[in-house]
Amino acid sequence: VCFIPGGLDCSISFISHVLGKVCVQGRQKEILSALVPRLTDLTKSDCIWQRMCWRLVECVPERWMEPVLLGFVQRAPGADALSRLLGNLVVKNKKAQFVVTQKMLLLQYSHTTAVLQNLLGYLSLDSLRRPFLIKVLQELLETWGSSSAVKHSPPEQQQYISKAILICLSHLKEPEMESCRQELLTSMMEGVKCHLDSNLPQIRRLGMIVAESISSKINTDGPVLKFQYEEDDETRELKSFLMQTSPSSAVPGLPDDDRNEEADAALPLVLKSDKNPQTAAPLMPDEESDAELDSDDDLVPYDMSEDKELKAKAPLYIRDCIDVLTGCEDVDKWEATVKALESLIRKNPAATREVSVELAKILLHLEEKTCIEGFVELRQRAQVAVLTTDPIPVAKYLTSQFYSLNYSLRQRVDVLDVLILAAQELSSPKSYGKTKQFGAPKPCIQLLPGSDSSKDWRRIVDERIKSKTRRFATGQSQVEIASSPNEFNSVAGHFFFPLIQHFDRPLTTFDLLGEDHFVLGRLVHTLAILMYLAINTVAVTAMGKVLLEFVWALRFHTDSYVRQGLLSCVSSLLHSVPTEHLLEDMTEELLETLSWLGVVVEKDPDGDCRRLALQNLLLMENLKKKLKTVPS
Amino acid sequence: MALPPPDPQFVLRGAGAAVHTLHFSCRGESDVPVLFSGSENGFINVWNLKTHRVDTTLDGHGRKSVYCVETMGGKDRLLSQGRDQRVCLWDLAEGRTAVMDSVCTENVGFCRCSLLKVAQGRWLMAMAAKALEEVQVLELPSKTSVCTLKPEVGAKLGMPMCLKLWQLNCSSQPLLLAGYEDGSVILWNVTMGKALSQLVCHQEPVMSLDFDSEKAKGISGSSEKVLSIWSLNEQQNLQVCKTHRLVNTGISDITIRPDKKILATAGWDHRIRIFGWKKMKPLAVLNYHTATVHCVSFSDHKTPGERLLAAGSGDHRISIWSIYAHT
Repeated sequence: VCFIPGGLDCSISFISHVLGKVCVQGRQKEILSALVPRLTDLTKSDCIWQRMCWRLVECVPERWMEPVLLGFVQRAPGADALSRLLGNLVVKNKKAQFVVTQKMLLLQYSHTTAVLQNLLGYLSLDSLRRPFLIKVLQELLETWGSSSAVKHSPPEQQQYISKAILICLSHLKEPEMESCRQELLTSMMEGVKCHLDSNLPQIRRLGMIVAESISSKINTDGPVLKFQYEEDDETRELKSFLMQTSPSSAVPGLPDDDRNEEADAALPLVLKSDKNPQTAAPLMPDEESDAELDSDDDLVPYDMSEDKELKAKAPLYIRDCIDVLTGCEDVDKWEATVKALESLIRKNPAATREVSVELAKILLHLEEKTCIEGFVELRQRAQVAVLTTDPIPVAKYLTSQFYSLNYSLRQRVDVLDVLILAAQELSSPKSYGKTKQFGAPKPCIQLLPGSDSSKDWRRIVDERIKSKTRRFATGQSQVEIASSPNEFNSVAGHFFFPLIQHFDRPLTTFDLLGEDHFVLGRLVHTLAILMYLAINTVAVTAMGKVLLEFVWALRFHTDSYVRQGLLSCVSSLLHSVPTEHLLEDMTEELLETLSWLGVVVEKDPDGDCRRLALQNLLLMENLKKKLKTVPS
Repeated sequence: MALPPPDPQFVLRGAGAAVHTLHFSCRGESDVPVLFSGSENGFINVWNLKTHRVDTTLDGHGRKSVYCVETMGGKDRLLSQGRDQRVCLWDLAEGRTAVMDSVCTENVGFCRCSLLKVAQGRWLMAMAAKALEEVQVLELPSKTSVCTLKPEVGAKLGMPMCLKLWQLNCSSQPLLLAGYEDGSVILWNVTMGKALSQLVCHQEPVMSLDFDSEKAKGISGSSEKVLSIWSLNEQQNLQVCKTHRLVNTGISDITIRPDKKILATAGWDHRIRIFGWKKMKPLAVLNYHTATVHCVSFSDHKTPGERLLAAGSGDHRISIWSIYAHT
């Protein structure tokens, strides 16, 4: 394609038409992959070519503007190249403005980071276009901060919007920052609230990072917002967007990112008075010269091998432990007791059974008196030990406390975690202490205190799918595990039914269906695990029926974490309840669930929910197939 | 093959409460060597070191713990400091047990006072004052205030924890070393009332310190695991020379033997540690007590071979050791 310079406007508009038509018909890739690089080179230094290119794009009819523009933005090698190619198109053309500032940012979210950088860099490079940048930032922040958007939009879209916000922030200059400082602050406050309210850790983290970035931009001196979260590649990538300066543009006085970084770092220490204490600067004494005059040589040291660290002794009996934990003032002894408690409980089951409920009560209310490493884990392991030693009374106590007044969220979630760990221990073959089982047919559920269970669910459901479709060969490919009676059998019902009983009865401090949806989510996941572990127990069918009703009642809950839990419940159900019982007792409910799953697969905004629903449908298909193969 | 650590030469029992302070008085030729001990029940016991029994008991602090006893020139004049906010001066000559005079300190802390003889019949006493960070220096027996040592505003030193008055020789100016709650040690010039140098030795409060004026070197112990050894250079500046790491945390008392050859530390881990002073070489760990050792003190016997080390502990006993006596 070769242009002859000199008043060829008409032919250019013809070219624009062709270009537009080709693009809208889907041949965008072919034509633009040839056109754009050529144009980029040509427009690098030649103004005439630049103007021609602008005219070319401007003349594309409105109805075909979008694909052309999209193609250009995607193919341009950088924001300045895009700027040369498009000129002030967004200012002149309404459709282009709409596509660039609204559609690509707010309505679509499939574009790559490079595209975002191009787009926003393009907006920031010219003073005529900068107002759009500010407008875009405001709209992005509005979306970011709206609680309904946070709840209902997919995580991928939220991540896209967060990235766009960070890139916009990196392009903002000081005077612009001043003018919209107040708005930034208000939107940040609202936005961070909705983000932290979410159950999904990814959303929370996004909210934290964006809030920190905004705060560092608007408060360049003075303390900035700093959250605690785990750093990983994703967070580092997001933070890197904030730190870039726009490439090679002639705009002076860019926001000083280094200055911001220092303000981000540790708060300035308050210096001491001018009396200036000299901090310890150790000088090595000149030892060689003293050697001659050393009259210490005639002082012969004694044997000091007995000089070891002092350790407080832990009590040896369970009742002594109870005394120490309830009333002892000696913190060393308290620490030693907490550390030794689990093994004592396991070694003395008979003695523990006598005081099990009391011990469970003490442990549930135990708070950290001194700073011990791993206190939470120690307490949890002791609780699990008590629960497995004397399941029925302790389970009764714990489940009743779950629904009682005046417990903190942490304590209620603790109760759930302990029930799960104990159930797992009881239902697996007798190998206490080894939670990793070699070649186990059941996947292990590793629950660490406070960890996010949603990753585990993915793994578990995957394994379930695998296990359902596996054909066992006659050869022994797995290690033979010693068999022992399933202790969970007799107590499964005691763990399960009390938990599910009162979920719709709100108390003054605890409303599962209202504010405390975090606990509801955890409760649902707990029920799913208990159901899963109850395979081969007598009560499993009754549990299944109750669980299906529970799922049905909550199926339209707005929180995606809860919905994921409900779908896991259905998976566990299909896994654990024997097929015959499923079909005999729960046919109607199953059919209803089937139709609900269909709806979820199509319409649920959350990707994980859709995937889980799909897996459930697959499981149900497998069930049907299995039935057909078995002669009834 | 190193010898096992020695046992105590003898143990004084009968104090009846935790022993917080000890002081020997063994210089008199015709007198019986004597050990003064102050206990938590407010009594000061005068132990006869020949019979190992209590000769006299002094009750002058209203049953509040006595945490410092010092003699003022011979065993007839005793100074004691207690938690009843008083410093008492006793006259013990001829079997009397009377409180001659007392100074009201108005201080509710635990900082032991420090005595220095500046002239015949005149002493300087440094003690923690009523205001939080201040140290007051009084002249005894006239009880006139020489100066009040106030740190700068905003210095945030906390309470003074331990004090040591010293002077290089009889004619030079008296100086004061004070260890504070924030872990720093300050050298004060008493006559001018000015601080000469400040050194941050510890992260935790300085529990105790002692100073060797001949070598211009001092040592301080804290509630952490580190002993800090520092020195004073010609410009009267303090610098840290080295630190020594202990096995267990907490030191309540440090004292250097008068011949400057060894030093003893009293630990919260119930052990007494002996170090060589020259190079901080660990020499012995004396393990006898079953509770925190609150104080250690060396005797002032004229004959080196008779020298003793006493340690008072929370288990109500005072252990007496003869260690490195013949070097």
